[in-house]
Amino acid sequence: MPESQSSYQPAPVAIHPAPAAEHPATHPWLQHHFDSMEQQAEASTLGMWVFLCTEILFFGGLFMAYLVYRHASPEGFQEASHELSRLWGTTNTLVLICSSLTMALGVRAAQTNQSRKVIVGWLGATIVFGIGFLGIKAWEYYDKFVHHHVPGPNFHWDGLYPKPAEQFYSLYFAMTGLHALHMIIGIGIMTVIAVLAWKNTFDEEYFTPVEVAGLYWHFVDIVWIFLFPLLYLIGGHFKGA
Amino acid sequence: MDTIATPTVNYLNNGHGLKSWLLTKDHKRIALLYLFSITAFFFLGGFFALMIRLELLTPASDLVQPDTYNKLFTMHGIVMVFFFLIPSIPAVLGNFLVPIMVGAKDLAFPRINLLSWYIYVLGGLFTLVAAVTGGVDTGWTFYAPYSTSASNSHVITAGVGVFITGFSSILTGLNFIVTVHRMRAPGLTWFRLPLFVWSMYATSLIMILGTPVIAITVALVAVERGLHLGIFDPALGGDPVLFQHLFWFYSHPAVYIMILPAMGVVSELVQAGTRKNIFGYAFVAFSSLAIAIIGFLVWGHHLFVSGQSTYAGLVFSILSFFVAIPSAVKVFNWTATLYKGSISWDTPMLYAYGFIGLFTIGGLTGLFLATLGMDIHVHDTYFIIAHFHYVMVGGAIMGYLGGMHYWWPKITGRMYPESIARFAALIIFVGFNLTFGPQFIVGYLGMPRRYAMYAPEFQIWNVLSTAGATILGVGYLIPMVYFIWSVFRAPLAGSNPWGARGLEWEIPSPPPTENFVVTPVVTEGTHQYAPSREVGIA
Amino acid sequence: MSGHVAPKSMYVGIWIALVIGTLLTLLAAEVDLGVLNNIVMLLIACTKALLVILFFMHVRWSSRLTWVVAASGFFWLLILFGLTMQDYLTRGWVEGTAAGVITPFTGR
Repeated sequence: MPESQSSYQPAPVAIHPAPAAEHPATHPWLQHHFDSMEQQAEASTLGMWVFLCTEILFFGGLFMAYLVYRHASPEGFQEASHELSRLWGTTNTLVLICSSLTMALGVRAAQTNQSRKVIVGWLGATIVFGIGFLGIKAWEYYDKFVHHHVPGPNFHWDGLYPKPAEQFYSLYFAMTGLHALHMIIGIGIMTVIAVLAWKNTFDEEYFTPVEVAGLYWHFVDIVWIFLFPLLYLIGGHFKGA
Repeated sequence: MDTIATPTVNYLNNGHGLKSWLLTKDHKRIALLYLFSITAFFFLGGFFALMIRLELLTPASDLVQPDTYNKLFTMHGIVMVFFFLIPSIPAVLGNFLVPIMVGAKDLAFPRINLLSWYIYVLGGLFTLVAAVTGGVDTGWTFYAPYSTSASNSHVITAGVGVFITGFSSILTGLNFIVTVHRMRAPGLTWFRLPLFVWSMYATSLIMILGTPVIAITVALVAVERGLHLGIFDPALGGDPVLFQHLFWFYSHPAVYIMILPAMGVVSELVQAGTRKNIFGYAFVAFSSLAIAIIGFLVWGHHLFVSGQSTYAGLVFSILSFFVAIPSAVKVFNWTATLYKGSISWDTPMLYAYGFIGLFTIGGLTGLFLATLGMDIHVHDTYFIIAHFHYVMVGGAIMGYLGGMHYWWPKITGRMYPESIARFAALIIFVGFNLTFGPQFIVGYLGMPRRYAMYAPEFQIWNVLSTAGATILGVGYLIPMVYFIWSVFRAPLAGSNPWGARGLEWEIPSPPPTENFVVTPVVTEGTHQYAPSREVGIA
Repeated sequence: MSGHVAPKSMYVGIWIALVIGTLLTLLAAEVDLGVLNNIVMLLIACTKALLVILFFMHVRWSSRLTWVVAASGFFWLLILFGLTMQDYLTRGWVEGTAAGVITPFTGR
């Protein structure tokens, strides 16, 4: 059915070519399917936010399980939580908060076209804090192992609520483990970004990778902001048997 | 015929060799990569269906043992849901058309698009391994504690496959959302977008917000199974209903992932096939969003008999009634569009008519199931199976086939053979209804699902159903043959063989790699058909 | 996205607020406030999260779309929590049905 012979009269053309565009020198990092660095940056940040939405729901499933089981045995969860170290939990929270500060300052440094030393300095500090967090976490996991609080055949609980305690610790390891996995990935991403920064890749028009990596890092911090009180602080005033 | 010419350089011949395909960033090539993969999985899932129907010819479990039968229906479900239906329209037609329909050169993240295909293939491989090494027998729904503790089948392997493939879905959805928000051509406002794009956008919302939950759930099942934790197994202190809540939080919206794209296709077909603008564009556009959003509020209707509280059952029941409303809006509006339209009987339209009728039946039976009292009786019977096959096969697959036929000339530059295609559509329609119509009856009479054996009085219905399935299977094979044939032997199609409106019809068939040589500037809705009251053209 | 450049002092200020919030929540947990404990804890956590989102993640100066996306994620979580918990919280409400709250811990 060739167009020229159809009885259908096309409406006035709905599309026509855009006026001949100026051809400014394109930024070396502008991808071919984007029209401008600004469009590319907006797309990238929106993409990361959409991805973070999926991460919210991903962790959310575990928080849902926590809600259900805590509702089933609030005292059991309090008793179990009491055995976590509030000192180390708080320390870790502060470590992550510091890492978020250094991350934000790193993004700002890239955004304001600071020297590569400054950018890498902030990113490096972020990585150091991240590794510090993981170190403390590893120590905490080891401590739980030694006390036979790791769910499974070696689990042993001396308190009043052994079943809820095992449930609590299953969730503790699942949630903090998933969080730690995200930290490890985050540290990997930061390393890559730091290497790129060292190669002078970024300027005030193109610092999106740093911004987007920062969004991811801050999100991982936010997950911990909720994990910390829910796991460590509900047994705070628990007086025990 | 003198104006038809295939451009010498188009996306198909721009670059040769395996590497140019396997490392492509072109959304159109990626769409074809997906097309090959999902078709392969479709036939795998179809094979399992064939085995099920053969077994059910007789009341006894004589063709296969019950354990094997359990694996057959499980693998049928897993393959068809996760590896065919969910990706089908979004990953093939969506990938191909969304950039073109918004006037862009590609999706926002072409490399992530390619990555999504590799992730899909990797997940598929895990599932194939599970199938080949002995299969899974839990049902595609993986209910705990059977899946976490009692089953002796390859739950973890299949679960990992599903987990991995979920990320393919997430990345596709992410790409579409960013593309539609940030890459529309100048002048292309939201309300000038094709309805197919609206439905792909709504589908993407579901992919983003729902898939992560099934990912973590399947991961928990695998962890529980591997480490003998007690998250869902009551013997170990877990809660099996929690599994169901988490599973269906995704899996109910997932069915809207399967139907919304097909609805978007039908909206396009109905306009092209009647030479009219859709009746009530804004209503149809918003109904896609409404289905996506309300679809997240109804999952408890899968838990009516699970031990969920009666009060929650009431809440989910009434919410499930609400979700039917936007779907009904679409059906009314398509029908109103057909009214006084210049009705075409081309193959894509045959599938569209089939969709409208069969989706209506499937959707209405969904309301039966949303009714607490009725569902108690027909839950886990063939009534349920008939319901969801009416919407997923009579609906989604017909939408997919209609879309494939409609856009085939654009994708390949060739026209499929119309007479054979119409014949195949008719065979599929007849075969489909013969397969699943009797299942409503036999389900209502009490035949339970997921059993290799059944009471002898149900046999006549099962024989009819298997006869229908055979016809349906033949019907599906025919397009395979002529589509492949058409690529090599059919006449060239030209850029707009349907005389349809839309940005995709303004570019050559097959399109060049960059889609548009110059970025289009859009001045009115991309689907204004003449005569148009809105534009005022005589 | 050259966008808004915030002074370093702002970031440090937010950092101080986050640290204070952390110490506050630690202190509040030591005292038995009954049901208020949970509320206080969640309020502090949500405030901290909001500070990170608005200021460290720049949502304060981002497009409305960004903040709709961010909000939707959390809102969807509320749907998951809310509609699921309305099942658990209403078990046994209808006479003659499964009595009492399901206690999953019936195993050994």
